[in-house]
Amino acid sequence: MPATEPVATPGPAAAGPGDDVIHDIGFRHYDGPRLGRAWVVRSLLVETVRGCFGLGRPARSKVMPWSLIGILLIPPLIIALSILLIGGDELPVTYTQYPNALQLVVSLFVAGAAPYCVSRDLRHGVMPLYLSRPMMRTDYVLAKFAGLALAVLGVLALAQTLLLIGALLAKLPVGAQLVGWASGLLVSVVLAVLLSAITLVVAAFTPRRGFGVAAIITILVVVSGVAEMLTAVAQDRGLTTAAAYLPALDPFNLVDGIAVRLLGAESARGHDVPPGVLGGLTFLVVTAAVVAGCLALLIRRYRKVGVV
Amino acid sequence: MVTSQTDSAAVPSVQVEGLTRTFGPVTALADLTVAMPQGVVGLVGANGAGKSTLIKILLGLLPATSGRAEVLGLDCATDGLEIRGLVGYMPESDCLPPDVSATELIVHLARMSGLPTAVARERTADTLRHVGLYEERYRPIGGYSTGMKQRVKLAQALVHDPRLVLLDEPTNGLDPAGRDEMLALIQRISTEFSIAVVVTSHLLGELERIADHVVVIESGVLQRSTSTADATGYSGVLLVEVTDRGPELAALLRAAGAQVVASGSADSFTVELADESVLDTLQAGAADLEVGLVRMQRRRHHLTEIFSDRTEGERARH
Repeated sequence: MPATEPVATPGPAAAGPGDDVIHDIGFRHYDGPRLGRAWVVRSLLVETVRGCFGLGRPARSKVMPWSLIGILLIPPLIIALSILLIGGDELPVTYTQYPNALQLVVSLFVAGAAPYCVSRDLRHGVMPLYLSRPMMRTDYVLAKFAGLALAVLGVLALAQTLLLIGALLAKLPVGAQLVGWASGLLVSVVLAVLLSAITLVVAAFTPRRGFGVAAIITILVVVSGVAEMLTAVAQDRGLTTAAAYLPALDPFNLVDGIAVRLLGAESARGHDVPPGVLGGLTFLVVTAAVVAGCLALLIRRYRKVGVV
Repeated sequence: MVTSQTDSAAVPSVQVEGLTRTFGPVTALADLTVAMPQGVVGLVGANGAGKSTLIKILLGLLPATSGRAEVLGLDCATDGLEIRGLVGYMPESDCLPPDVSATELIVHLARMSGLPTAVARERTADTLRHVGLYEERYRPIGGYSTGMKQRVKLAQALVHDPRLVLLDEPTNGLDPAGRDEMLALIQRISTEFSIAVVVTSHLLGELERIADHVVVIESGVLQRSTSTADATGYSGVLLVEVTDRGPELAALLRAAGAQVVASGSADSFTVELADESVLDTLQAGAADLEVGLVRMQRRRHHLTEIFSDRTEGERARH
């Protein structure tokens, strides 16, 4: 390119060294690194987690998650104050019971977040933009799943940690509290994975966001109620085995059962739990099967998306 | 212009051989064999002609029933991931989430194409400027006009500096002014950005203005693949207009063996230019009859003749 044509000389060749005039450098090509699938999936996951908390979205999307997170601050505060005022050497609710105590808050959070994760892209036809990029369909599904699970875990872990801080402020023994906090986190991981898998499936089949939110809340509430009812009926009839297994229809009870049998925790609900390690393992296997089944359904759901 | 793409200029951007795709009883593409050179290639066909199916196969998203497809020398059946890293795609349908700004969306999609975050931000700003989105790029896309949305869709196809962009009906829903701007932009992608373009449309007229090469498919069957220069080149027909005695001159030419067809008025006609002697006969005849030649004009072909002249379909495959 001759230096006498400094303006409107597009292309990378225009930015020659030594020319001290301002160039319109036009379209610049990119010769730097192009990161692979791992980066693409990681970026999608990070974007999903951010979006679940309303980051990078309009202000109204931030209202729901952050008011729920605000609510999480209150119980540890009350618990810490009550211990300080009344005295005592343990928390009124254990760390493993705590996610169950927060059922409503957690349900509302996941009901808001899961439709955001998948419904928007389905409803507004965004999938072709993802599918035309260097990633596979299953990468998208798994990134969205992992992102939602991490966001839910973030909420639960925050709740656990606030409870720990409350306990430490109330000068409860540090060692026991840390052990309790760790097992509480373990329960939170299982619950986050389970809830994310179930709610994503519901959201992926209800492309309208409002319906998705309503459907998830309804299903979580109804399933919980049905589980309670069936359990009560089974107990009435003296079917103790059924009464031990039926509560597991509710994901919160399922995770509670695992905590009781495998972590030696106290049950949050006072339900019967199948006896022994075998009972705990059964619940664990059921949880794994539900998660795997939901992911399989999701991948199936996305198999035809974006292709005629 | 010196670009990094010079060495690949000889490689066709798209090459398909015997490509067939059926959906149950429906045949979307039937034994399609065509090579698309670099530059702007117009892919023309009515709705349902198989354009979108072809694009999905080229992106490696849809397996072909039989046959081969290559993009930039890569096999669409096995190298889908690599192809999608080098190609940009602008879908025909609405595909923009309304609750994010153009900047946020394009940065995100640039990362989805494998760009590191800092590069993604820088190229997003550049690309949005190139497609003509300025202050509004910070507002949620839900409030954009159709023209602005089309620019955002184009920007996401360009942001990762692809070597080829596949544009599916980019002028859909635009008003005449917006259409002109979009066509000018597409032409710049090829000439200034040095990125190969395959653009689909069902309007031949607009492709005539920007395409270097035109591929016409109908019901999944190739009708014609030709460079625009050939298709709109000079035809062998001369339009003649004289001041007087037109029919006599025409008779003179017929006597000399030329094919003459009367046209609009008495003193004008068209004559087929079989060879140079026709011109000599014409000149001598006009001199003998002592009439003035008002016009001698060689006619240009129009791209639309591709459609009116179906029998040429076979001959035109090259």
